[in-house]
Amino acid sequence: MYNYPDSKGHFGPYGGIYMAETLMPAVEELRRQYEHFRDDPEFKAEFAHELKYYVGRPSPIYHAKRLSEHFGGAQIYLKREDLNHTGAHKINNAIGQALLAKRMGKKRVIAETGAGMHGVATATVAARFGMECVVYMGAEDVQRQAPNVFRMKLLGATVIPVESGSRTLKDACNEAIRDWVTNVETTFYIFGTAAGPHPYPMLVRDFQCVIGNEAKVQMPELIGRQPDAVIACVGGGSNAIGIFHPYIDVPNVKLIGVEAGGHGIESGSHAAPLTGNAKVGVLHGNKVYLMQDENGQIIETHSISAGLDYPGVGPEHCLLKDIHRAEYVAINDDEAIDAFDALCRFEGIIPALESSHALAHAMKIAPTMGKDKALLVNLSGRGDKDMNTVAKIKGITL
Amino acid sequence: MSRIQAAFEKLKVQQRRALIPFVTAGDPNPQVTVPLMHGLVEAGADVIELGVPFSDPMADGPTIQRASERALKHNVSLRDVLGMVAEFRKTNASTPVVLMGYGNPIEAMGWETFAKSAAAVGVDGVLTVDFPPEESHEAFAHLEAHGLDPIFLLAPTTSDERIAEVAKLARGYVYYVSLKGVTGAGHLDLDAIAEKLPHLRKYISLPIGVGFGIRDAETALAVAKLCDGVVVGSRIVQEVENSTEQDVVANVGKLVKELRQAIDKA
Ligand SMILES: Cc1ncc(COP(=O)(O)O)c(C=O)c1O
Repeated sequence: MYNYPDSKGHFGPYGGIYMAETLMPAVEELRRQYEHFRDDPEFKAEFAHELKYYVGRPSPIYHAKRLSEHFGGAQIYLKREDLNHTGAHKINNAIGQALLAKRMGKKRVIAETGAGMHGVATATVAARFGMECVVYMGAEDVQRQAPNVFRMKLLGATVIPVESGSRTLKDACNEAIRDWVTNVETTFYIFGTAAGPHPYPMLVRDFQCVIGNEAKVQMPELIGRQPDAVIACVGGGSNAIGIFHPYIDVPNVKLIGVEAGGHGIESGSHAAPLTGNAKVGVLHGNKVYLMQDENGQIIETHSISAGLDYPGVGPEHCLLKDIHRAEYVAINDDEAIDAFDALCRFEGIIPALESSHALAHAMKIAPTMGKDKALLVNLSGRGDKDMNTVAKIKGITL
Repeated sequence: MSRIQAAFEKLKVQQRRALIPFVTAGDPNPQVTVPLMHGLVEAGADVIELGVPFSDPMADGPTIQRASERALKHNVSLRDVLGMVAEFRKTNASTPVVLMGYGNPIEAMGWETFAKSAAAVGVDGVLTVDFPPEESHEAFAHLEAHGLDPIFLLAPTTSDERIAEVAKLARGYVYYVSLKGVTGAGHLDLDAIAEKLPHLRKYISLPIGVGFGIRDAETALAVAKLCDGVVVGSRIVQEVENSTEQDVVANVGKLVKELRQAIDKA
């Protein structure tokens, strides 16, 4: 039986709590509170109610028939997280954490964001529950995901562009931690992915598992069985672990995580710590595979997709790689764009660039498989936020 | 007896408090660091905290972040920092040097290799901001094996249970972070420190240094009255930032002298 993390937050050799002393009591308090509420019937009922009536769950699974026919192999199914309120899977987790924040009496929430989807989700739940909200976002991401910055502001959040380092997700994360250490007594940090200090990797996973739990019921309804493979993109790893985790003990279901290959793994300009064989290191509260130079300095990553542009990955994916329960591959920028275009044209669905990575891998392997095989792709979000980026690539000014 | 212990015992006899300045190794360039360390000692430093630059200094405010960035422009690595300590030790055998930074550069080198090399060049203590006691046991066993003191932070938020745990693991001295926030943050609450220190001493027999937010002679004196050592970081790094390569040693020396005179009134 697969059962991680242990009581100290370790997934085998990964995870843990690597935090400055000032924050240790806050992390410990969160762990205690979550331990209490995760099995509390009232908490569970409120979470389920919010997911159903506010987020609009369950999200459907859609058979992408024309796309599958075009590639002439395995059938491609899409778990439509893009149809959630706010347009991505991030809201599942944001609601769960906001409900915890409410119970812990915190009136101020902060978040880091890359693509802006987690920032929008956090701003949304802050408005929904009447909390003050501050979102940290790398200055480069503020530019490439401009529509989301405006959405956050409309929702009443303060968006703070982060100018340090590579000006992307990792730097936003540094700055959010600095805020938390300063305002620890009043503030709840709504962390956006299944990484960070324990209990975040576990807690975010648990909240995102609604994706896989629904899929496990929906796939047999659709095709009379579970899929042959489940495919999801991996930034920090929350949408992937949410759909993978319920399948870990199900035999004969392959789990495939898709990292951002950027300009190609060989180029060194990517954001794929697992596929690129990064060394193990410590950043943002956990021990994980981490892109770094030989001196242990974190190196700048590249991906066309802001949500995948991160040098680390959640600890549970590190373990799943080591024990060979999941397989990790990389998809390059241009392959992701091709998949983005294909889904627009064949199915009338505009996917997020993050999700396009997962889709691209499905399109790559589908033709090598029989027509009776089924691939389930987690379509983690919709692409409205990516209009600027895609237009720029196509040489179009909006 | 370790250099850190010896330094504090001597101060105790003299009824003085330790002055513990912090500078980032390699800031503004690698050539400056060793002369700067000697300058600190001449101006009255008792222990030197030498920052190991890191790309993602999450617990630091803008001033020390920029110091790290300046050092990393010169690719200053942990190995280079150890080289600087070796150079410093050629003419200084007594002033304790504590390396302060984040865990990952040490992880990358390997704790065993690091501990062995650090001890060999004359490092005395190691403070890794993001390695709390929970995650430190194995790493710090290597430090102990080579006679290096693990220095721990305590914060205003630290529970009694954790204070007791740190009391067991810490060697050399304990560093009390005087405010909730990053390095270089605003004002410190002297009343809160005055209240906290006697409480910490119930658990901790090692000397206690206090730092974060000490910006001038006045605050240094006020804090010195309450503890065994005063750590000054951002204010000194700011002086480095505002100096030229030619006058940095003199400017920092002048500042440290002022701090020395102030805390000796305690
Ligand atoms: C739509 C979408 N998918 C995926 C991700 C990547 O995050 P994670 O790996 O945590 O799912 C993001 C992050 O911003 C996102 O917005």
